[in-house]
Amino acid sequence: MTGTIDLQIMWNRLIAVVEEQATTLIRTAFSTSVREAGDLSAGLFDARARMIAQAVTGTPGHVNAMAESVGHFARAIPPAETYPGDVFLTNDPWLGTGHLHDITVVTPVFRRDRLIGYFACTAHVVDVGGRGFGPDASEVYEEGLLIPITKFAERGRVSRDLVRLIRANVRTPDQTVGDIHSLAACNEAGDRRLQAMLDEFGLDDLQALSDHIVEASRNATRAAIAAVPDGTYRNHMRVDGFEAPVDMHVRLDVTGDRLDCDFAGTSGPSRFGVNCPEVYTRAYACYGLKVAIAPDVPNNAGSLEPFAITAPEGCILAARRPAPVSVRHVMGHLVPDVVLGALHGALPGTVPAEGAAALWNIQISARAADPDADLPSAEVLMFNSGGTGARPGLDGLSATAFPSGVSTMSVEATEHTGPIVVWRKDLREGSGGRGRQRGGLGQVIEIEPRAGYEMWFNAMFDRVAHPARGRDGGEPGAGGRVELADGTPLHPKGRQKVPEGARLRLSLPGGGGLGDPAERDPEVAARDVAAGYVRGSDRDGTGR
Amino acid sequence: MRPTEPTHTDIRIRAGVDIGGTFTDVALAGPHGLTTCKVLTDYAGPERAILDGLRQAADQAGVALSDVAQVIHGTTLVTNALIQRRGARVAFVTTQGFRDVIEMRSENRFEQYDLNLVLPEPLVPREDRLTVPERVGPGGEVLLPLDEDALGDVVARIAAGGYDAVAVGLMHAYANDAHERRVAAALRTALPRVPLSLSSVVSPQMRELPRFNTTVANAYVQPMVAAYLGRLVDDLRGAGMAGPVFMLHSGGGLMSVEDAAAQPVRLLESGPAGGAIFAARYARAHGIDRALSFDMGGTTAKICLVEDGAPKTASTFEVARTYRFKKGSGMTVSTPVVEMVEIGAGGGSIASIDAMGRIQVGPRSAGSEPGPACYGRGGTDPTVTDANLLLGRLDADGFAGGTMPLDQGAAARAVDAHLTRTGLDPRDAAFGVTEMVDENMANAARVHAVENGRDVERFTMVAFGGGAPLHSCRLAEKLGLDAVLVPPGAGVGSAIGFLTAPFSFDATRGLFQRMDAFDADAVNDALADMEAEASGFVAAGADGASTTTALTAHMRYAGQGWEIPVSLPHRRLTPDDAARIEAAFADAYRALFGRTIDGLACEVTNWSLLVSTPLPEIVPADRFATGDPVAAGARRPFYDAALRRMVDAAAVPRSALTPGTALDGPAVVVEDETTTIVTSAFRVVGQGDGCLLLLRKEDAP
Repeated sequence: MTGTIDLQIMWNRLIAVVEEQATTLIRTAFSTSVREAGDLSAGLFDARARMIAQAVTGTPGHVNAMAESVGHFARAIPPAETYPGDVFLTNDPWLGTGHLHDITVVTPVFRRDRLIGYFACTAHVVDVGGRGFGPDASEVYEEGLLIPITKFAERGRVSRDLVRLIRANVRTPDQTVGDIHSLAACNEAGDRRLQAMLDEFGLDDLQALSDHIVEASRNATRAAIAAVPDGTYRNHMRVDGFEAPVDMHVRLDVTGDRLDCDFAGTSGPSRFGVNCPEVYTRAYACYGLKVAIAPDVPNNAGSLEPFAITAPEGCILAARRPAPVSVRHVMGHLVPDVVLGALHGALPGTVPAEGAAALWNIQISARAADPDADLPSAEVLMFNSGGTGARPGLDGLSATAFPSGVSTMSVEATEHTGPIVVWRKDLREGSGGRGRQRGGLGQVIEIEPRAGYEMWFNAMFDRVAHPARGRDGGEPGAGGRVELADGTPLHPKGRQKVPEGARLRLSLPGGGGLGDPAERDPEVAARDVAAGYVRGSDRDGTGR
Repeated sequence: MRPTEPTHTDIRIRAGVDIGGTFTDVALAGPHGLTTCKVLTDYAGPERAILDGLRQAADQAGVALSDVAQVIHGTTLVTNALIQRRGARVAFVTTQGFRDVIEMRSENRFEQYDLNLVLPEPLVPREDRLTVPERVGPGGEVLLPLDEDALGDVVARIAAGGYDAVAVGLMHAYANDAHERRVAAALRTALPRVPLSLSSVVSPQMRELPRFNTTVANAYVQPMVAAYLGRLVDDLRGAGMAGPVFMLHSGGGLMSVEDAAAQPVRLLESGPAGGAIFAARYARAHGIDRALSFDMGGTTAKICLVEDGAPKTASTFEVARTYRFKKGSGMTVSTPVVEMVEIGAGGGSIASIDAMGRIQVGPRSAGSEPGPACYGRGGTDPTVTDANLLLGRLDADGFAGGTMPLDQGAAARAVDAHLTRTGLDPRDAAFGVTEMVDENMANAARVHAVENGRDVERFTMVAFGGGAPLHSCRLAEKLGLDAVLVPPGAGVGSAIGFLTAPFSFDATRGLFQRMDAFDADAVNDALADMEAEASGFVAAGADGASTTTALTAHMRYAGQGWEIPVSLPHRRLTPDDAARIEAAFADAYRALFGRTIDGLACEVTNWSLLVSTPLPEIVPADRFATGDPVAAGARRPFYDAALRRMVDAAAVPRSALTPGTALDGPAVVVEDETTTIVTSAFRVVGQGDGCLLLLRKEDAP
């Protein structure tokens, strides 16, 4: 029957609608992480707050967390108090996407005066006040302004009080408020396109379509889970953490087409802002499971539902209020490696070795070395990635983000934004774990403040003391290193100074190897040596 | 093919030659009118196929080869060399600390849900990337002088390495090229015969990755392109064609064959650009201000916006996508280009059912071998062409002028075997295939228009290429367009397009300027250099003709990452112009995004200056919005997508639709190269220049 074809066409069209929504945001946002790195997400939800379509530009932590977020909005502002022209927002880490810097904006969709769904989008904004982006706060209150689920606009009128409140609390009022407008405009763009589609197909709501999408996706995901052998699979991974190593424990129970995932046994919270609200843990755990089990099923409420993910309340992966959570991505990005390691027991020959996983974001504040000098200060943000783990049949990817989906920025563009010189940003030779398949290489970055400046940077780096482990006989990747170029060691977490004339050197971790190194194809091994991907003597490639 | 008016106003005979993946197309225009022909592309000796085609076309036209005064050439060979990695062995010299820029790319994965993702290999392997200690800062200041000893070592290693070409890309060389020039001088002294590509010459724009990519790509294809163009010119001379040879560059203009040999990276998209110019030519003849160029072939569909007779251009694009045409899976290069969206949607695109029971079409294609199942050459996968056949939109006995009967049974078996397991009946499945491919193309067109701040509804489609006229009405229905123009000669559109291209060159320069610290002198100096550079290229072909100059600044709010093009008047700038430039930016920003942002400074990253000759004059077409009904004897049922049922359609040969005659849809207009499907919502009207104009009926929704 053609009804089915219509549903398929509309499903396809919704993907285009949310892509357009995301494109609008990328092009108008101010936040570096949105515009250069694609750190955003956008999606459409039905009247029951079920996500039915998502732009593929989003990063997993954002998207899957946003998928839960809209339900909180719908409960906080019930349909009876929701009007055409309303725009809601929050940056509550526990109701949004895990830290204050992410603002989630939700716009209800009306058709013939009836609430039929919501558009939502999330972006990492430049500043939310407080201590700024970094791990040093001891409570969320210090990390910036927390906006509860609130109406940013009601019946088309923007709340001037809210805007004044935000402007008064952040360092970059124009950009932060500009980004909120961008988020609202992006939902508006989606709404226009959705209404045109409903006109074309003569529909008054999304009910039949969303039921179809959710059901088809749920069934396909369940079928994929059913193909995973029943059983209980466990894994433990120790990572650096902040003040003490963190043990992540996971247990997967596969029973027919159901998969339960629990993090019982995981370490308690940190005193610093690396804690994850559970929503963010769930987002990344689900990504790790889905990418291995059901990668082809589109991300929506139906495909997320069959994965039941829990973490004991109060552990570092399910932080309680008011724990600091600003750089929750450091722990969150490591979650897929734990989950994939457990899944290896169920699906041997599918999952990669461990990788660098957590992004090495560098937030730099360049300040005049002499406080009386008339030199403007500047903020610079860089995103950098280490190596991914070797895959069955394929080497790991060098200097490539996984599980995050973000991009790096051009060094030339970065040097235009602030008084720093990046002297080096290239592959870290010998940092990939040896194996039948080699781990991806990390990279080495050297940064110096320009003459007259010193710089402060917020270190939030993991896999320094606990490198990415190999699998099936593969060797670990090289651990990361944080130091000055003269060899003075620095702490891998926390705010530190690089004086004028000194260079910061970051050596990013490599990915783990897979399989016995002796089994590596000799021709490929020779190519590794010719290219300098591996080196005999200087294993970590920093030239020491 | 029916002769039309000469494409150029002078009486000389000019030839347009387009080398595509399968066919080499030739169009000959002169006092005799227009003749075209198609021959198979000869990969071993592309110039042989050109000569062959020229001879056939000249015979048809009744002229001698020596009468051909000018050959204009475009080709996909350069793109193919990148895709197939068939280029030169290149050494790349770069700043110490930045050896791996072209390998590290943007550090992301273009597909998030594929654990076995494979990234494209860099064109130059790591062992052939050599570094020199040196460093220029963002303002062009020298932070570290060039290390001459190290340079000596690098030159010696390159000399010993026996490379075919050398690329040089240093940090911030767009702001100060002194170090690159010094490296080049040392290389030239030691290796006078090895071609050099410098980033400050090939692509002097900010952002190291696209600039290095562009420079390396230029070096990579240069020996092959230079040799090929040399052979071509020799062979043309040998055959008695003494006139100049011009190349169509990616930006949609012409450059001399010698300049093209030095900057072959500018030829990357020359074939498809020809198609957009072809559409632009007909848009001008018909007075269409806003045209949507829609070119659909066997493997892909290409969409381009054409406004006021000029195809839209961009300063960067992605070439050689390796993964389902997916954004990010290719190589971003920064060279001026006619901006096109290309998606994996063509007649050969293969349909399948995914895990959710959805019909998916493409980007996998059956190509020409084995081709769609109905070609009867062993293909068993259902394709878009198979679906069109089952829906009556293609005639099994009339395909390719009846020279290639299609096998309806094979098409039905392919659909049955692969698309009916979810309970769809075969005809609904076939409908699902065409509807999905039309939907994919409509979405691509809509997003492209949005990205450019345009409403697609206001455009008129110009449809060409073998598949476009079959799909254009349905696409227009989906996009809400009221008119579609189907020009004649659609099968060789690019080659015809070449004949109406202006001579042009777009010089670009990275020169960072915040409007609150505007340095008019620095900008004027750069613009003067750029104008001299661009005029030099254009002079080769302009033959003393007048030229126009257009200035564009790529601007953003300080802190944003996405620049928008802002047109500025081209004259000497003064410090007072900062405010005017800001106002022009605000207008452009508002046009694209619907608002501006108060309180923020704006800035220019890159400048571009386009020098071009005026477009050749076009004879306006005699336009008919309605006409006398054509008598249609034959009837042919086809499936009308909007009505969701078979309709009984009139079938006429294209030649029956003489100027000023009309036929109401549903109708099928048949010619050897393609079939135009006129849906029930449209009417077709013959035009004075041989075009078909499809107009939405007044009473149609």
